[in-house]
Amino acid sequence: MVEPVILWRRLVGAQIRSQLQYRVSFVLDLVGAFLISFIDFLAVLVIFHNVTRLGTWNVREVAFLYAFSSISFALTDLLIGHLDQFPQKIRDGNFDILLVRPRSTLFQVIGSDFQLRRLGKAIQGLLVLGYVIGSLDIHWDAGRIGMLVVMVPAAIVIFGSVWVVGGCLAFWTTDGGEFSNAFSYGGNFMAQYPVDILSAWLRRFLAYIVPLAFVCYFPSLYILDKPDPLRLPRFVELLSPAVALAAACVAGLVWRFAVRHYRSAGG
Amino acid sequence: MRLDWEIAKLGWRRYAAYPWATAAGIFTNTVFGFIQAYILLAVYRHRSDVGGYDTADTLTYVWLAQALIMTVYMFGWQELALRIRDGSIATDLARPLDPQRYWLAYDLGRAPYHFIFRGVLPFAVGALVFRLHYPSVPNALAFVVSVALAVVVSLGFRFLYNSSAFWLIDVRGVMMVSLTLSLFLSGMVMPLAFFPGWLRTLAHALPFASIMQTPIDIWLGKHHGAALVGVMALQAFWALVFLGLGRLTLRAGARRLVVQGG
Repeated sequence: MVEPVILWRRLVGAQIRSQLQYRVSFVLDLVGAFLISFIDFLAVLVIFHNVTRLGTWNVREVAFLYAFSSISFALTDLLIGHLDQFPQKIRDGNFDILLVRPRSTLFQVIGSDFQLRRLGKAIQGLLVLGYVIGSLDIHWDAGRIGMLVVMVPAAIVIFGSVWVVGGCLAFWTTDGGEFSNAFSYGGNFMAQYPVDILSAWLRRFLAYIVPLAFVCYFPSLYILDKPDPLRLPRFVELLSPAVALAAACVAGLVWRFAVRHYRSAGG
Repeated sequence: MRLDWEIAKLGWRRYAAYPWATAAGIFTNTVFGFIQAYILLAVYRHRSDVGGYDTADTLTYVWLAQALIMTVYMFGWQELALRIRDGSIATDLARPLDPQRYWLAYDLGRAPYHFIFRGVLPFAVGALVFRLHYPSVPNALAFVVSVALAVVVSLGFRFLYNSSAFWLIDVRGVMMVSLTLSLFLSGMVMPLAFFPGWLRTLAHALPFASIMQTPIDIWLGKHHGAALVGVMALQAFWALVFLGLGRLTLRAGARRLVVQGG
């Protein structure tokens, strides 16, 4: 169990060192990631220029969802990468190389795309969170602080699992790498907004089957002590860590199934 | 002319070669369309009109924007910048064909492919689920012309920020700023009708609205008679401005270009 962690740190350390070689490029990338992630927040502000509430949610509550989704998205992107490099490996046959190495293929794919510049988006999310959290009337108790601590790791695991499953499509569709965008960017877009405003069929699919509602929506209901507009039992709000665990298991199984069906492009 | 036609065919074929990429893109556009449609529908629970848009206008906007996103190529395009960085631009400049004309022809071949294969299907899915607004025949024709003009404005802008590569080794910073401006101020992220008054005025005064907001407004029948001609003339004006500026930077850049190695 310790050994993969050491190996991962070494892999990531090497990538960080190489990215910091070009300081100006790195800073520009960081600023760029920071800037472009503001677009989504501007969209939230534009919406609330026209209405005071979206469903039952006011602007500060949606900003809270937004901030948590952005931070989780950015950290997932930082930790496991975008999984958009490996379809290229499948296309040119280089995935074979991963198969003969004595480590899990998923571990190798995840460990090989660490981009420090992705912190730019996380910083933006943290700024929004810092700005909004003071103005929200939250009664901090042990349960809420506990939820605050576990919700981001749980969100990262859920996002990560969804991306892995989405990325697996690349095993069957060699040039279909963009499928994963629907899951990664689409998932983030959805998690930034309250899921109760979606129509029932879309909610069932994107919020529960693809468990994106557990990224921000349910944990936020709990922390903000907001009555659930969907009137689900209250314990659902606490399920994110369990859902994250289940999602990770499913993603692992799907990955294993997909790798077993990998046909090399030769080379 | 014949040469332009051949280059345009190249542009079409380059994208037609990856059918799964097209399918994946359609899926992604459709998912985004649904999420955005329901978010904006929630705005209409509290009011029936936003900046002159009713529910059908806004839903149509959402699905047209998803349909046009690839046609006008909103996201990062850096083929020219990469050719400048690796020195291939020297070969391009040595050819008896102007690089800007080459990319314009190429892009005008690419755009119809994306219009038909990336645009029609997501829009059709949206039209099946929601009640959308459909244009009159003259407006539909004006819409097609306006989309073509939008492609030229977009290419002109992309060519311009790509040519900053003559001066900068790494254009990603410039690209990110250009993307942020064009995505937000074109109306891609949110219809300009939803913007606060001052920001809407500003956005309409800038060239980016010509890339997305203008063709969609024409589809929605928001412009008539002289005003319709006016907005299309404005698109043509911005296209010429960007192409002109691109030409100047290309000339200035070519003069200081030093290609290392060989």
